[in-house]
Amino acid sequence: MSTPSFILVVTVAVLYSGGFYLLLQRSLMRVVFGILMLGHAANMSLLLTDEAITLPPLLGGASGEMSDPLPHAMALTAIVITFGVTTFLLALAYRVWLGDENDEVPDDVEDRRIRRLTEPEDSS
Amino acid sequence: MNVLLAVPLVVPLIGAAVTLLLRAAPRAQRITSTLTLAGVVAAAALLVARTADGDVVASQAGGWAAPLGITLVADPLAALLVLVSSVVLLIVLLYAIGQDVGGLSRAMPQVFHPIYLVLTAGVCLSFIAGDLFNLFVGFEIMLTASYTLITQAPTRARVRASMIYTVVSLTSSILFLTGIALVYALTGTVNMADIAEKLGAAPPELRAVLALLFFVVFGIKAAIVPMHFWLPDSYPVAITRISAIFAALLTKVAVYAIIRTQTLLFARDDISAVMLWVAIATMVVGILGALVQDDVNRVMSFALVSHIGFMIFGLALNTVAGLAGVVVYLVHHIVVQATLFLVNGLMRQYVGHTSLRAIRGLTTVSPALALFFFLPALSLAGLPPMSGFIAKVALFEAGLAAGGWLVYTGIAAGVLTSLLTMMAIFRIWTRAFWGTPLPDMVEAKAQLRRGANLGGLRFMTAMTGVMVGLGLVVAAAAGPLAEFSFVAARDLLDGGAYVQAVLGGGAP
Repeated sequence: MSTPSFILVVTVAVLYSGGFYLLLQRSLMRVVFGILMLGHAANMSLLLTDEAITLPPLLGGASGEMSDPLPHAMALTAIVITFGVTTFLLALAYRVWLGDENDEVPDDVEDRRIRRLTEPEDSS
Repeated sequence: MNVLLAVPLVVPLIGAAVTLLLRAAPRAQRITSTLTLAGVVAAAALLVARTADGDVVASQAGGWAAPLGITLVADPLAALLVLVSSVVLLIVLLYAIGQDVGGLSRAMPQVFHPIYLVLTAGVCLSFIAGDLFNLFVGFEIMLTASYTLITQAPTRARVRASMIYTVVSLTSSILFLTGIALVYALTGTVNMADIAEKLGAAPPELRAVLALLFFVVFGIKAAIVPMHFWLPDSYPVAITRISAIFAALLTKVAVYAIIRTQTLLFARDDISAVMLWVAIATMVVGILGALVQDDVNRVMSFALVSHIGFMIFGLALNTVAGLAGVVVYLVHHIVVQATLFLVNGLMRQYVGHTSLRAIRGLTTVSPALALFFFLPALSLAGLPPMSGFIAKVALFEAGLAAGGWLVYTGIAAGVLTSLLTMMAIFRIWTRAFWGTPLPDMVEAKAQLRRGANLGGLRFMTAMTGVMVGLGLVVAAAAGPLAEFSFVAARDLLDGGAYVQAVLGGGAP
């Protein structure tokens, strides 16, 4: 049993950490990019499950050397799903931008209410 | 190939295609989706009858034997949940039709019907999926439909809320996919029965990590504390029929997935302390949130979070009695939560909003509405004759039988949560239902009377009444339900019947 490609492992790690970092940003566009990176990370980790991933699936021939086709199939399904939802997210982000002319994630409703409670009521 | 199992998945998808084609003919569209859901209810009832003795029905799609092919499995729990979900989906659909006919909704019915049926297919597939990847696909079908439904009649607030909702759900989906990759790397299979057999040989540390990963994945979707923050921000914003279905079903599908993965894949034989702590935190934090809310929908959303804790509590006990309690609680909570959101929808029809600050004297405006709120609300709090009481007693009895200081703390937290739920409900009751109606409420009602919408509104009220009645039926049928739930719980804890049905009787 050979070990999975070192480069692939590093790529997956970078994609996960970068994805989660972007997910925590306030700009919605960065959040969408974060989701994209995380999607790639998950798909690549599906490919990591097979050590013979460099070989072609199914068409190994008589030698019997081929990679497991199932991770490919699962990654393909997952790519379709993340692609569709990313499109939807982009449309949503655009709608938010159309409505408010900025694409920042607003403060939490509860946080705002609590802050209002602590403010002195001298505005009236 | 057992055709019965494919019905809850395939029929709604066909119905979705047909209703999409029929979008120019609203009446035909309504009839099609009603008939489709009625068909699913019938198939689910037959499935429940088939599994009532603890049998597990499995079907290998295309005749490919497990673990190679796609397996659909219905054990007693899955069959029961498909039945309850499809009944609730049908009633909410009729409610929505009443709203559309009365011209009381701003949602686009031509889009609503197909997506609603796709959502049904996703919910059903999640319940009967026999392998992890199909569970993932089921979740994605359900969630993608829900992303679209939550933006029906888009306002600025709705778009914002759905952005939060979509990003959070998607993050959890990606973690789910990562979990599948790890499980596949470890066992070389995604069939759940097969994983259950092979994972036993895996190192316990790896098993623990995977169990925790899957608990987090479904925990985000089930909105357990500390992963609950997205729910009260997104559910109340959607239009009522949608938030009713979301609150009733989506979180319960996630709870079902937690039960399935934690009992079948990561079976253990002791009480899970982590889950107990999470359950206690969920109950208390959720209900404390509910107590300070001003909007009725938000109160109900926080109460929803809090009552997920009860189900996690029963699961953590890891006994037959505990899991049986969870099964009863699931059924009770699906029905009650849907009812309460439908009532909130009626409230919005009468008053135009659901903010407690500007509602008084709803009992005078609509006595039926008051009754329809009061009965399920008491059930939610767990007062004696209602289904909530039965479910809670079942859980607490299981807890007392299990013993241990942490379990007793959990029971105490459960009792406290029930009392605080009562307080939250009486807060709504005294503010919104008692007193003399505000002048603009009387005016709004008079305006409603003058409009030609009364037929639709009456139908909506009638459907809410049917849902209230369903809640009473759950309470009245507590005996058979408890029996069935014990059968389901035994199957869950044993796991042998499930594995046997999928792998042993693999012939189509």
